[in-house]
Amino acid sequence: MTPETSFQAYALRRLKPGHLALVLGAVVVVFLPLLFPSRYAANLLILGASWGIATLGLVIVLGYTGQISLAQAAFYGIGAYAIALGTTMVGLNWWLALVLGLFAATLAGAGLGSTTLKIGGHYLAMVTICFQIIYTLITTNWVAVTGGPDGISNIKRPPFLVPLTSAQRYAWFALGALLLVAGLVWWLRDTALGRAMRAIRENELAAEALGVDTRRVKVTAFTLSAVIGALGGAIYASGYLYISPDSFNFDHAVSFLAMALVGGSASPLGSILGAGLLAYLPEWLRDLKRIYLVIYGCAIILVIVFMPEGLWGYVKLMGRRFARPAAIPPTHRAMQVGSRGTAGEEVLRVENLFKHFGGLKAVDGVDFTIIRGEIHALIGPNGSGKTTCINLLSGLYVPTSGRIHFLGRDIVGLRPSRIACDGMARSFQNLRLFRELTVWENVLVGAQRAGGSEAEVEKRAAAALEFVGLRNKAHETCLNLPYGHQKLLELARALAGQPEILLLDEPGAGLNQTEKQELIQLLKRLNEMGLTILIVDHDMSLVSQVAMRATVLNFGKKIAEGTADQVLRHPAVVEAYLGDREVALGV
Amino acid sequence: MTESMSMVGQLLFAGLSIGGVYALVALGFVMIFRATNVVNFAQGEFAMLGAYALVALWQGLKLDYFMAILLAMVIMAVVGLLFEITIYYPLRNRTFLPVIIATIGASIMFQNGALAVFGPSPEKVRPVFGTEGGASGVTLGGVFFDFQYLVILVVTALLVGLQYIFFEYTLLGKKMQATSQDKDMARLLGIPVVFMIALTFIYSSLLGGLSGMLVAPIFFVTHKMGATLGLKAFAATICGGFGDVRGAILGGLALGVIESFGAAYISAVYKDGFSFLVLIVFLLLRPQGIFGEKVAEKA
Repeated sequence: MTPETSFQAYALRRLKPGHLALVLGAVVVVFLPLLFPSRYAANLLILGASWGIATLGLVIVLGYTGQISLAQAAFYGIGAYAIALGTTMVGLNWWLALVLGLFAATLAGAGLGSTTLKIGGHYLAMVTICFQIIYTLITTNWVAVTGGPDGISNIKRPPFLVPLTSAQRYAWFALGALLLVAGLVWWLRDTALGRAMRAIRENELAAEALGVDTRRVKVTAFTLSAVIGALGGAIYASGYLYISPDSFNFDHAVSFLAMALVGGSASPLGSILGAGLLAYLPEWLRDLKRIYLVIYGCAIILVIVFMPEGLWGYVKLMGRRFARPAAIPPTHRAMQVGSRGTAGEEVLRVENLFKHFGGLKAVDGVDFTIIRGEIHALIGPNGSGKTTCINLLSGLYVPTSGRIHFLGRDIVGLRPSRIACDGMARSFQNLRLFRELTVWENVLVGAQRAGGSEAEVEKRAAAALEFVGLRNKAHETCLNLPYGHQKLLELARALAGQPEILLLDEPGAGLNQTEKQELIQLLKRLNEMGLTILIVDHDMSLVSQVAMRATVLNFGKKIAEGTADQVLRHPAVVEAYLGDREVALGV
Repeated sequence: MTESMSMVGQLLFAGLSIGGVYALVALGFVMIFRATNVVNFAQGEFAMLGAYALVALWQGLKLDYFMAILLAMVIMAVVGLLFEITIYYPLRNRTFLPVIIATIGASIMFQNGALAVFGPSPEKVRPVFGTEGGASGVTLGGVFFDFQYLVILVVTALLVGLQYIFFEYTLLGKKMQATSQDKDMARLLGIPVVFMIALTFIYSSLLGGLSGMLVAPIFFVTHKMGATLGLKAFAATICGGFGDVRGAILGGLALGVIESFGAAYISAVYKDGFSFLVLIVFLLLRPQGIFGEKVAEKA
């Protein structure tokens, strides 16, 4: 098989079920308004479509990025008010009003998103609620501009090929927009940005250490979500021709969240399903008007408890029977490691490094250098500051004082993602994988640090998977892998970015003897390829088999340095590990 | 004493009293958060349910006012327990996101349940001292001290003191503290963790219910009263430093005062916005709150 034909076959196999869904969606968009031509039904379609668009925004921020937002109704409202004010009071062209509305949403979304840089979790939930409530207060009370509780009427509709005067015609327009946004959100999922978002959802720290600029990605997620929400609101305003603050309050923000969750927040199609369901539910439960919202609250709890992945989770389970995993590109060349410099040069120089946590001196004046092409071991008893050292080197901690030079550049104070992009890769003591992503996606996130086109990223990822021998596991979900394979996967993920130096925090911990021997062979092969490695471990046999030089820490201070054999016989090292010889012997 | 001075005193007193209610609800937040790491977005609804329980027993069943309060507290204990069993327990091993959303779902359910049962028109409840009609109180130095406001402040202070004694000096209190700090270790020491957590929810529901009954004569009782109360109490908790009892009280009192002065001197219609603005500023400048400590994630 020549490379070309295999690549054509590969390209064909990249066709995904989502492509089919988009075509089906287009058919539905054409036929739904024909099937339900009445004005009433068309209005419901318009409502469902605009809610669906707003919910798709939440797919990005909640489903992909894992950040909670209870302010989607505010963004929806920003879009709606832009169209309402623009086309009535100011008399702007509809499309210009839309652009202005989306721009306002961009600003507001980026502003709200930037709060995620400092806080997350419950705090973020609360900030988004505050934003939503303040928005509602302003639209209700700033009567001169927004019309207050009375709202704005006589909103215009856009000219689009033909005048969209009838509800049926406008329903086509709204559903078309929904399909377009759904396609974009679905496409985003498997781009480098989409993967970075999902990596943040699974493990923000690991994503940052792999070179994902988590700040930028989170702000982008919020901004995109806000813009999509505003688009939904704009379509709603022109559909109903009248708006008031009641349609954009906190209750609606909760509704949007519920739609995303009921349908399946990580799936564009699922969330449209959720939006459609909740748009029609009041129709079906019309006889229960008084307790409709009680049932609704109850349904949210039941879905959360019993269907963590929403309705879409069930559809996916059924679909899995027919699904065919996406292809992995064939490997043409063996994995490469970073090789920017010349052998024998200093890759990393640590000078007088201090890290104090309150009164605890975790790292207390350490210096060492690492030469290109060596395997350097950092050893020491428990609590000697080894892991703190790795965290300082990779930028997760900022040192109290001291210098760290990486490839001739001072990296103190740089963000972990910057340091990672400069060519430093690391593993974690306790595995930090992206558990819900597949093995393949995990490695792709690692590979995209080195940049290049999607094809190059995929090639690097495939080569790294091949190297650790996990290629045949590529489509397994990470959390289903046995522990030993998870460790290998973390290694592959770190290697896929072609690092200049690899920091391994206890790579041997928890492995059995066979697995440890395999690890030693892997490390030796990596070293032969020219990769510089810093390894932290307790296992002296592992260290003495692979390390050329070692630095020994105890209580945050360096107590010995030299070749591995020298160091292991050093009296201070023996004492640190086994205690004072004379005390030990009872002399 | 000049007019403006007595005005300031009046605003301060009103602010502190409303702040006391926020503090009581906030204490409930802190209790549950410390025991389970769960933020209960339905905490404010406990206040609403407590107030409606009082309305039902006192107005509906024509019970004696204090008897009605006592029975309402029993109802609130049951509500807290049921809440723990149906919302917290099934989700105890999931991340914060599903739990937040489930508690929001519960809050929607409670609000609309109350709306369906009691209807949209606001209910009135009599204050502890005096009758349904007018407010009773004393005027000192140009400031009118409403008895109900004084009751709120006294009850808040009393509960804070009792809670302190309970947690520091009783075995049950220490067991609850141990549970909140390390569930696994507590279990190994033979502490019935599930029971302790259930107790926490019951206590927190009681706190919420009581604060609802205390504000009932000042605000009207509506199905919406819990939502704003809960959000402001949560804001108070964050400003004070999440999980810190002193912080919750100080935060609650401070927000009450800020609101009362903001409404008088800046804008009455934006009254509800002030606490949220303060909260956003706090979260951006000092996310750990007044008493909170910075925690770094362990790599």
